[in-house]
Amino acid sequence: MGTKYDAIVIGGGHNGLVTAAYLAKGGEKEGKNKLKVLVLERYHKVGGAAMSEEIHPGFTYSTCSYVCSLLRPEIFRFLDLPRHGLQVIPYEINSSPNHEGEGIITYSDHDRTRESLRRHSIKDAEAYDHYAAEISRQCRFIKPLLMVTPPDPTRLNPFAQNKINPWGKRNDLEGLLKIAHEFGRMGEKQMYEIIRFWTMSIGDFLDEYFETPRWKGFAAASSIIGTALGPYSPGTAYVLLHHYMGEVDGQIGAWGFARGGMGSVSKAIASAATEAGVEIRTNAEVAKVIIRGGKAVGVTLANGEEIYARTVVSNADPKRTYLKLIEKSDLDAIDPDIHSYAKNFKIRGSSGKLNIALDGLPQFAGLPKESAWGTIDIGGDFDYIERAYDDYKYGSWSKRPFLDIVIPTTVDPTMAPPGKHFMSVFVQYVPYKLGEQPWTPEMKAAFEKDVLDTIEMNAPGFRDLILHCQTRTPWDIENEVGLTEGNIFQGELTLDQMLFNRPFPGLGQYRGPFDNFYMCGSGTHPGGGVMGAPGANAAREMLKDFKHGVV
Amino acid sequence: MTHVQHLKPFLKKTPFHEPMEAMMHGAGWIRWQGYYSPAYFDSTQSEYMAARNGATVYDVSPLIKYAIRGKDAAKFANYLVTRDLTKVAPMNVAYTAWCDDDGRMIEEGTLFRLGPNDFLLNAALHQLHWLNESAYGFSVEIEEISEQLAGLSLQGPNSRVILEVLGVQGIGKLPHFGIMETTVDGHWLRIDRAGFTGDLGYEVWVKPQDAIWLWETLFRIGDPYKIAPMGGHALEMTRVEAGFILVDVDYIGAHHAIRPTQRVSPIEAGIGWAVALKKDAYFVGKRALQKEKAEGSSRFILSGIEIEGRKPAPGAFLYADEKGTKELGLTTSAMWSPLLKKNIAFAQIPIAYTKPGTEMWIEIWYPKEKKIERSMVKCWARNRMFFDPPRKKEVV
Repeated sequence: MGTKYDAIVIGGGHNGLVTAAYLAKGGEKEGKNKLKVLVLERYHKVGGAAMSEEIHPGFTYSTCSYVCSLLRPEIFRFLDLPRHGLQVIPYEINSSPNHEGEGIITYSDHDRTRESLRRHSIKDAEAYDHYAAEISRQCRFIKPLLMVTPPDPTRLNPFAQNKINPWGKRNDLEGLLKIAHEFGRMGEKQMYEIIRFWTMSIGDFLDEYFETPRWKGFAAASSIIGTALGPYSPGTAYVLLHHYMGEVDGQIGAWGFARGGMGSVSKAIASAATEAGVEIRTNAEVAKVIIRGGKAVGVTLANGEEIYARTVVSNADPKRTYLKLIEKSDLDAIDPDIHSYAKNFKIRGSSGKLNIALDGLPQFAGLPKESAWGTIDIGGDFDYIERAYDDYKYGSWSKRPFLDIVIPTTVDPTMAPPGKHFMSVFVQYVPYKLGEQPWTPEMKAAFEKDVLDTIEMNAPGFRDLILHCQTRTPWDIENEVGLTEGNIFQGELTLDQMLFNRPFPGLGQYRGPFDNFYMCGSGTHPGGGVMGAPGANAAREMLKDFKHGVV
Repeated sequence: MTHVQHLKPFLKKTPFHEPMEAMMHGAGWIRWQGYYSPAYFDSTQSEYMAARNGATVYDVSPLIKYAIRGKDAAKFANYLVTRDLTKVAPMNVAYTAWCDDDGRMIEEGTLFRLGPNDFLLNAALHQLHWLNESAYGFSVEIEEISEQLAGLSLQGPNSRVILEVLGVQGIGKLPHFGIMETTVDGHWLRIDRAGFTGDLGYEVWVKPQDAIWLWETLFRIGDPYKIAPMGGHALEMTRVEAGFILVDVDYIGAHHAIRPTQRVSPIEAGIGWAVALKKDAYFVGKRALQKEKAEGSSRFILSGIEIEGRKPAPGAFLYADEKGTKELGLTTSAMWSPLLKKNIAFAQIPIAYTKPGTEMWIEIWYPKEKKIERSMVKCWARNRMFFDPPRKKEVV
């Protein structure tokens, strides 16, 4: 049995590529031998859910993820992604149209935002300053937690079995002390606030600041995206933070378009990985992880080919990894709990996507023309969102969904012919299955119609501009991208599945239950969004085990 | 009673002022040699991104322009500047320095050679006094013609396609630093392929009465190509990425240095390549520069450096060691580059440290969460031209 590779990465999504690149660059400074890394990707190109594809002639679609902010600057720099072609163009406007009156619009310019909000409520405009400062404080606390392996408090018990993480105990203690230190620095009042914020609903949180129903519905947008919860479900406040903790050039909370679509992110990381010596094989679907004697020793491809390696790391989501790629008998031989952890892992898909080629720029009701530059959220007050959530809860798509729309071609000249536009429509809520029934073409068409009608209502004349429309339900996303149930975060971002409990209790530090087996996808800490942090953190732990220097 | 109520506004407006004013949302006017000039229209960030992603328009009308003509114009120009103009054919631009007799740089800028004995010097500072003084004995006429031309700098990856759509024949063939003159819709245009962003870009000059036509036409046809107006703040970011130096920022013009030691030679200012020490004719400062070169007596070279971390480091000291016992020099311009995701700066460092990759230390004081903090981090010498895409010089 020849082990040609030091590591096999299952899945060429952005995190898998980051892990591969970091591994290949590990030990560079210490002058160690380069690790041989192989990335296996099922599709004919890498990227996973950070993908650009020409679906309609002349138009490049960001087929899944569509905006960029969370990608950690440390990774951007370490891999020198600009040299590999990545350019992120920030936008400075967020808005919500209103077909019955004036829409809501916020800007990166604080004064302009306050003036904009004053048109709806002077009280809300004034409260906005306090709200923004509170969010900044919450971001300040979470930022140092992103690019580190989450410490596990159970490791502090000196009598605990510690078979999974041989590096535990000391590192965990140090990690916890660091967090405690950061926590303490926030001051007594803020410490209470942080605990409240991490567990409360976004509805309750916004009610403490604002009065205008539509504004609250708009502000809640980031807390329900990709999440199978409504605005009054506890835990949704954290999801908002997850969307605000990103940055573009040090501006916390800023979002931008990757020039050429989100595939440019994956392409740049893949280019950096290839330059570092990583081998990438596409059209190579992994069917099974080969476990021998409690150790991961390689993988079997769908075509039967077996490839051996010293370590295996899975970029697939936890459910897919532990329920499909690994035999139950192998799991049970190590720890019978893991199979049930995987079965119970919450990974409900709740979002669909429409990618639309447009003949011109639509005009949204109640908004100035410039609003097309940034995100356009079609929604309403909390009742609108709760009603949309109700449809979902009872097994259907939202008849009047919440939509997060961007038109990157307002600034990116590379994605559509001059004067034409690409519109990305993120749809919340859309179930993975309709009740217990699978999606049918008729149902999908009816879903598409409801979404297009909702846009038309908020942008009269929009339908006449449509040149082509690609519609993806969570079911399509699972089958085409490989995310279980089409969940965009590889597992919901609720506190029970976060930090050292992500993905499962005891496996929160990127190591799997078997020796030489690791996880590096968004299903691990700190979670989803095109962040790259899980991939980089996983690589760091692997390099420790390889005794191969630090990156 | 105060004198203020009796004063009249005195800043001049360029021919593009009116359409610029209409886009000026952030009260971003600054002064440029007595003219209103935009620092930013709405947000510096979006203007900077437009320059690197689509195309931007910047009003360069306040540039001070001197026509140099006459029987001895070629001889005089070659005497005045450091570049060898015998190698610059008509309808080409030469970027060059001009020095005092001690070989200390007065300024640098572009010199258009429009004909064998027809030149146009673009300067940021007023130079007529010096030009007249230097022209003693030459049969030349020097005329300040700044207001006879209105100019827009059209820069960015889409600048060429916009000029194609405008109807400029042969724009793709215009080489880097080439000049062409043409007519579009009955309007005379002079286009040179140069600029201050280090990217593909052109300067488009028109008669002042055609300024509004040019502005409106560019914005109309440029809309699908992501055209945007640009102010001086975004321009400043692009020029640092491009490695271009700026008078009184990266060096002090010899004519208004207070102490003689403040003056620098073009070699020290990092544009030694633009000094043609081998040219046959004498030029002002040649002897001193030859001596500096032969003796290796340059005190420093303005080089590019890349700095660890993300704290911009203007006016920061560089050291050979972490403890800061051996001081090497000082940064001039510095910025975090959003495009390159690098912390970059220009620094005056001894020649021994200028080899790309040479490691140094830099002491940065920066504001953080309402207080000032200090950090001592590594930095490395780099080619000052941080951003240099192939499309800059590409001919299609």
